[in-house]
Amino acid sequence: MKAAAFDYTRAESLDDVLDLLRREGDEARVIAGGQSLVAMMAMRLARPTHLIDINHVDALAGVAPAGHHVIIKACTRQTAAMASDSVRRDAPLLAAALPHVGHIQTRNRGTIGGSLAHGDPTAEILLTAIALGARVTLASTAGARELDITDFSIGAMETSIREDECLAEVHFPKPPAGLSVGAAVDEISPRAGDYAVIGAAAEIGLTEDGTCKHIRLGVSGAAPVPVLCAPTMEALMGTRLADSDIDEAAHLITPLLSPESDVQASAAYRLRVAPGMLARATKAARDRAKTHQERGAGSGAT
Amino acid sequence: MTHSISVTVNGATRQAEVEPRQTLVDFLREQLGLTGTHVGCEHGVCGACSVLLDGEPIRSCLMFAVQTDGHEITTVEGLREEDGALGILQDSFWETHALQCGYCTPGMLIAGQDLLTRNPNPSDEEIREAIAGNLCRCTGYLQIVDAIRLAGARMRQAPEALGTEAGDV
Amino acid sequence: MSETPPRRFVSTKRRPKEDGRFITGAGHFVADIGRPGMLHVALVTSPHPAARIASVNTSEALAMPGVVDVLTGDVLAAATNPLANAVDTPGVKCYPLANGVARYAGEWIAAVVAESRALAEDAAELVDVEYKSLDHVIDAEEALEPTSPPVHEDHGSNILYRRTFTWGPVAEDFAGQPHELPFKLRWGRSAPVPVETFGVVAEWDMGTEILDVWASIQMPSYAEQIATALRIPVNQVRAHYDVDVGGSYGVKRGIKHTVLTGFLARRLGRPIRLIEDRLENMIGGDMHGPDRHFDVAVAFDDDGLIKSMKLRVIEDVGGQTGRAPFQLGKPVSAIVGAYQINSVEYEAIAVSTNKTGQAAVRGFGMSPTNVAIESAVDKVARHLGLSRLEVRRRNFIRADQFPYLIPSGSEYDSGDYQTVFKKALDLADVEALLARRDAARRDGKIAGIGIATCLEPGGGNSAFEPLLNPKNETTTWPESCVVKVDRTGGITATIATSTSGQGHETLAATIIGEELGIDPNDIRVVHSDTLSGLPGNTPVASRMAIMLGGAAAGAARKIRDQAILIGAHNLGRTTDQVRYENGAVTALDDPSLSLSLSRIALISHREFHNMPPELTEPGMQAVHVLQVPKGGTLPTADGRVQMYPCYSFAAHIVYAEIDRLTGKVSLPEYCIAHDCGTVINPDIVRGMVIGGAAHGIGAALYEEFSYEPGGQLLSGTFVDYVMPSSHEVPDIKLAEHCTPSPLTSHGQKGVGEGGYLGAPAAVASAINDALSPFNIECLTLPMRASLLSDLLADQPAETES
Repeated sequence: MKAAAFDYTRAESLDDVLDLLRREGDEARVIAGGQSLVAMMAMRLARPTHLIDINHVDALAGVAPAGHHVIIKACTRQTAAMASDSVRRDAPLLAAALPHVGHIQTRNRGTIGGSLAHGDPTAEILLTAIALGARVTLASTAGARELDITDFSIGAMETSIREDECLAEVHFPKPPAGLSVGAAVDEISPRAGDYAVIGAAAEIGLTEDGTCKHIRLGVSGAAPVPVLCAPTMEALMGTRLADSDIDEAAHLITPLLSPESDVQASAAYRLRVAPGMLARATKAARDRAKTHQERGAGSGAT
Repeated sequence: MTHSISVTVNGATRQAEVEPRQTLVDFLREQLGLTGTHVGCEHGVCGACSVLLDGEPIRSCLMFAVQTDGHEITTVEGLREEDGALGILQDSFWETHALQCGYCTPGMLIAGQDLLTRNPNPSDEEIREAIAGNLCRCTGYLQIVDAIRLAGARMRQAPEALGTEAGDV
Repeated sequence: MSETPPRRFVSTKRRPKEDGRFITGAGHFVADIGRPGMLHVALVTSPHPAARIASVNTSEALAMPGVVDVLTGDVLAAATNPLANAVDTPGVKCYPLANGVARYAGEWIAAVVAESRALAEDAAELVDVEYKSLDHVIDAEEALEPTSPPVHEDHGSNILYRRTFTWGPVAEDFAGQPHELPFKLRWGRSAPVPVETFGVVAEWDMGTEILDVWASIQMPSYAEQIATALRIPVNQVRAHYDVDVGGSYGVKRGIKHTVLTGFLARRLGRPIRLIEDRLENMIGGDMHGPDRHFDVAVAFDDDGLIKSMKLRVIEDVGGQTGRAPFQLGKPVSAIVGAYQINSVEYEAIAVSTNKTGQAAVRGFGMSPTNVAIESAVDKVARHLGLSRLEVRRRNFIRADQFPYLIPSGSEYDSGDYQTVFKKALDLADVEALLARRDAARRDGKIAGIGIATCLEPGGGNSAFEPLLNPKNETTTWPESCVVKVDRTGGITATIATSTSGQGHETLAATIIGEELGIDPNDIRVVHSDTLSGLPGNTPVASRMAIMLGGAAAGAARKIRDQAILIGAHNLGRTTDQVRYENGAVTALDDPSLSLSLSRIALISHREFHNMPPELTEPGMQAVHVLQVPKGGTLPTADGRVQMYPCYSFAAHIVYAEIDRLTGKVSLPEYCIAHDCGTVINPDIVRGMVIGGAAHGIGAALYEEFSYEPGGQLLSGTFVDYVMPSSHEVPDIKLAEHCTPSPLTSHGQKGVGEGGYLGAPAAVASAINDALSPFNIECLTLPMRASLLSDLLADQPAETES
């Protein structure tokens, strides 16, 4: 499983990257962590003729809070994001998702942006981005444009990135201030760390009296891309999140789901399990929010 | 077309010419003759190819050698003490018979070494998590967990051994 | 063996010798071997499950710089003999490369040889093959039908083997019992899949006319089969057994890889390397495992005593044949498991389908059979409302019944199943476990306890060969060991086999050390090659402790006898006036008169004037070739024969919980009590039992080579073929018992397979216990989360203890 031959450039700056992308178009491809791309190249499912290595472009790595968002540069390592105080505090759902992403070895190279650019619909980072309504910045020599994650991730393994663009930043919305926040990601996968068959993400914010005033929910594995669980969010907003309400509201996502059968699980399995996993994640997030309340921590994930 | 790289491997700086598509694991094995790192799947699942890149465990089948220019690599060959004696973790693997065929062992040692560097007193659950990205088909993992636990205990008794290994981690 | 003398080395904790090189990355695996001028092979594979090969255009590939040759199936088939078949199927001709017809998606069509593997893969994409698609069959039951698309046209049908054995009065026994339970069981296709793929380097030396072969091999008659295929004398092949093998568990039988590489080496006059990449290995390497459909019936009385059993099994062998059908034969050696079943009918059917071929998997068919036997016992208990523990106790062969002759003709050598069973129950604290299960169920959880026992036949009396193929009149299964003492007293043993993690060097050194009173750490063990080595049958069939142990002991005892002769002579005593102990010969009447083994060795090598008249050969060396105990007889006409001399036994107790929503299984408690006779090395034995159980957990819950109706393998990478990681294998507690074998050098039996033979049955038992309050059962392995969830989804939530 040796990759087909390609040219290689180590970019030193973002301009290097964008310049090359403009000149080479669809023959060139950016390599960040490579945890997905190199495997595909080994199987010759991906055959770029020119790899642009962005791992040494300082401008493409780092975590910084900015107003209502946490801005994570695309080439930030998953391990670095896990260790970031900013992420823990201001992107608790991402912090909850990252331990589920692959294994230690893959997180040491894999990046936040790389996962999104790859477009794997089972990826926990994509699930998180969709649940939160994240935005991405795409850079090119023609300038930068910002897209809603749902306009970026348009299908399984498919993004709307243009030939000459490089994903530069991911903006994760912070939970609103003044609430007790809890976040949880739950998934069923063949083994821990494997691609999720069904994934569920929940970020909850509670007022002092336990009323839900912030709720973001997402489910992966039962549609071409992860699904924002808007009907469930609407139904539970403003309630006290009783178990039975959560169980009932979770089933409201069924019309949004269009699962397929594959070697891991049938469509029927996914349709059945998705609402249940969503309910579990929602309850776990709620319980964490309550724990933070009791501790007086204010906000943040476990 | 080849590229020139300069990479420090187990403390020694090596210059080499590499074809871009040559993976790091193939480079280590074939050009540097460091055959201790093994190829198991070439698609990033089995962990037999694990090495330390700038002190952190990675899958060397998912990286191209050309990307390592200017970086530091530690392989299983670099885990010995400076005087050539076995590292505590290696010796602990021997003590508990944490291997049978030996094929996954270098990767397991790398994962174990990384864990004990970050966390000198890991729980069994933390040990299992640290090696979860390394497949073993021989042992069923128990004796590997025993070895890493034992090594941690031995290292805690000899604090100067913490984080010490031949190589430049 | 009436009395066990105190042991210095056997059964004591010792660090295995081999570990030292692996922990430093100094192992010597086939991919570590480079030969000057070596070329690399990549394969062109068939995208179709069944197709005629209309044409193969290699011109573009050959034109690529760096490409030296492209070999096609027709050329190879014209120049070589077909690969050996196990059963009598002369119409089935299999070659390393498909010849005229491709028989499964992924089968090797052409071999590209180039200066590097990467270039060979580049060129492989340029080989242009024209196919004419044919109908295919991938369902074993369909393959039984005469109308199914023929996989091997010249064979006439897809049935490679079919025979019904009737041992004892089956019809009478069934008629005479008040109860009869029939059921079906499906063992899905899986395999032990080692982390190292198969690899081989072959080099033809024109000067000496020797074909050197280095490979990741675990295979009896390797050199013989290479030679037969290549049409060269056996002593033109030198297979090197000192190559470390990165796991095998039976499957590393790469004969097609080797014949291909050997042919290329002779044709091109350069060393040739073929290291399977993982895709070649999973899809085209022919190392899949049993893929079985069982029909089982048991006849029993009100007390749960099982009088008779019928087993019909269809084995889906795939598109290549080889040794796979024999995998139906080994279970005959323990066809009644641990139980006093009076009669058995066994219908064994092997069929061809358009799937990847099968290799010998750990236990050689015993594990799926054990699931069938143990499931039957559980069903008997459930049917009668009796405890599964009690039904087993009632049916166990008793300790006073050994040696015990089973209906199919094998005699179990020794055992004490009741005691080992009790040890397992005590270790698991089964009362507490039952309470835990019941409390969990009251809590709304789905929980179950699994119980399984298993027999592990060991020693490799492979009498299933003549049993399933009367034209194969083999009754010899040897193992050898050479021990020599050099003039300085250094001891070196040579073993005639490769090793894939079983610790054979440690095994041999420990036993030789025990016999000679010398620390095993001071005994060097080397592996021969097939030219310099003596007869052997390699580590299959859980045989090496028994056979290599016996050969090593035999050779060491001969050395000891030589030492006594030389020592006595030089001490001025007769041989019964001296004692050999702790590496020295000492006069009984005067302990100060003693000669060390090294002194004696020097005499033997250099001081002929001091040699006793009985010894006319200089030096100190001994050969022992051991025939398998109780081997040497052909089967009777009704198919009874002694297979395997020694029988180990284990009992597994496991507690499982199933997540109602996701179907995910967790195994919070797992206990095994095992009896493998005398333990040679405790840590090696522990590793074998736990490692085997881990394999078994994988086969029970996670691993499957899944095919879609179009004949494509869906799980051909490590992404979809899911093997247990450290999170999926629980902490396993072990207890031990020892019923020594009367047939072996130190009472040792085999232990390499038992964990794998017991775990799937135990896990299946636990799952079915968990499902029983819902009146559903699952007799399809692997019992993956999606399958269990689907089964549970149709059931309302019920809590019934």
